[in-house]
Amino acid sequence: MKAHDEDDGNDEQDTRETRDTRDAQGHDTGSGARIPLPRASVEDGGRALPDPAPAALEHQVLTSLLGAWALAACSAQEADAVEAHLGECEACADEALRLREAVTLLQRPESLDLDPALRTRVLEGCLERRPPRIPVPGWAAPYDAETARLDALLQDFGDAEWHAPVRLRWFEDDGAASRRTTVAGVIAHLMTVDGAVAAALGLDDPLGEITAPSQAPAARTEAYWRASHYPLTRAVRAPWREQSHGIVRTVAFTGDSGGMPVSYGDFALPLRDAMLDRAFECWVHAEDIAEAVDYPYEPPSARHLNGMIDLAARMLPGVLAARRRAGLAAPGGRPHLVAAGEPGRSLRLEIEGSGGGEWLIPLDSPGAVGSADHEVAHVALDGVEFCRLAAGHVPPAEAAAGQVGDREAIRDVLFAAACLSRM
Amino acid sequence: MAKRDVPLRWDRKMQQRLARGEAAALGELYDRFASLVHGLAHRVLDDERAADHITRDVFAHVWEHPDAYDPRQGPLRTWVATLTHRFAVQRLRATETAALVRGGPGTAEELETKVRHASVAARADYIVQSMPAPLRAALELAYFQRRDYRQTAADLGVTEDEARRRLRLGLQLLSTARDAGTAPHPPAAPPGYGGAA
Repeated sequence: MKAHDEDDGNDEQDTRETRDTRDAQGHDTGSGARIPLPRASVEDGGRALPDPAPAALEHQVLTSLLGAWALAACSAQEADAVEAHLGECEACADEALRLREAVTLLQRPESLDLDPALRTRVLEGCLERRPPRIPVPGWAAPYDAETARLDALLQDFGDAEWHAPVRLRWFEDDGAASRRTTVAGVIAHLMTVDGAVAAALGLDDPLGEITAPSQAPAARTEAYWRASHYPLTRAVRAPWREQSHGIVRTVAFTGDSGGMPVSYGDFALPLRDAMLDRAFECWVHAEDIAEAVDYPYEPPSARHLNGMIDLAARMLPGVLAARRRAGLAAPGGRPHLVAAGEPGRSLRLEIEGSGGGEWLIPLDSPGAVGSADHEVAHVALDGVEFCRLAAGHVPPAEAAAGQVGDREAIRDVLFAAACLSRM
Repeated sequence: MAKRDVPLRWDRKMQQRLARGEAAALGELYDRFASLVHGLAHRVLDDERAADHITRDVFAHVWEHPDAYDPRQGPLRTWVATLTHRFAVQRLRATETAALVRGGPGTAEELETKVRHASVAARADYIVQSMPAPLRAALELAYFQRRDYRQTAADLGVTEDEARRRLRLGLQLLSTARDAGTAPHPPAAPPGYGGAA
């Protein structure tokens, strides 16, 4: 979409030049003394000359036409009338000259696509020169950066983009699930789920008077969508952005290490993890939006991506345990109750590329400690691919992963990763 | 997005938060003004990296000297634009002068002309961005979309009189971009950044 705009910009450049030439000619004649002659054919006919059309326009009307004339946005007759008038009226001729020159100053706005890394560089540079008295906690930085990046993407959207269809995809009951909405609907989704964090911080909940059957992200979102009687519009952008700024502002004042619980309905995350989770969701949905409007979107910075992967890796043991209780994951080859804090059977998750690293995922109990000595399997995949898996955008069976070792353990972990996704 | 409707209250509050040393306020300031700052700097300098530098310098200046902003003098946006303009023109003059000293092509007069053109172009951009949205929309249609004023009127749902009025007023505002340093033309619109803000 934006790529087209740029093409258009080039087209404009070309047409503008030709137009300027034409206008410049108009101006030359305008400031001169050209008085349009009656058409020859009429004179030849010997009949009474009709009132020249220009004279029918009063001074006031001619003056009001100066802007349109300077922009070549009036009819040929009107342009002739204005130019005739300029030969007679010094005030209008002066103004016409000024407005003509003003037209040459009209330029397409510069591309608004700022490098997102510039934001980080500029802010860090400032904070080095004058250390902040109230810093933004490091664990809130990914959310701050991702919301800013998404907001910049939305900046130039017109109505067509805001109403572009988007299919939200996630993994549920070991299969692909999806829900249709629009770009505006996605922003509303982000806002209502971010609202859980806002509410935990004592800020206004965007659901307000709307009651949701549960605090789960999907339930909150559906309730918000239902309560909107008209299709959502670009109007959701401002409250979403105000709330995300409010969240960053407020976490800087919480003064704790981010341990405060944030409820997601059937589970809770400490604030610092909830902020990472929201940053992750913001990126994932920004990609959904970018795809819907056919615009490229980059992954987060390596440092932030690493934090998001780390959160997923830390959540995997809990998901594995829940899946095992539900009979969805293999029970393992030996008693898998490992005492809390003890090393247990582990899978080595090797994430390659930007934001990567290695994590040892304890397989048998969320309380166990990952251990290289008890490694039973090794999975290697790209960081962005892993995030797509965890977002439910890549089915676990199709994730491009190099794998060695216990196949069942690998399958369980890949499925558990996909289960981290939700609407 | 036009920020005209945002009351000066936001500006004062932002100044207080910056003075208090709130890093989150700096982020919000950036989010609101970065594209303005970078765009103006780029218009003057026509160079991506130079515009990045100006962006860094402007935000660092505001962050280090929030008290230098006086809300009675106008909106924060205007102050930020004025700083950007000053820094960018200084940089352009410095780099061009250095090139001249090294024996590059051109004369001192050509340098001044170049600086003046860049300066006017940047001010014009700012005026367009800051003028009332109805005027900007009319200019956008008539100039970029090549609609005549009757089509412009129809597109905007206003009378043809009103469309003519908007086009003329928009260009009158824009023409003040050339006025900096000279006598202001329409008395209602002072030169430079005060004019359209």
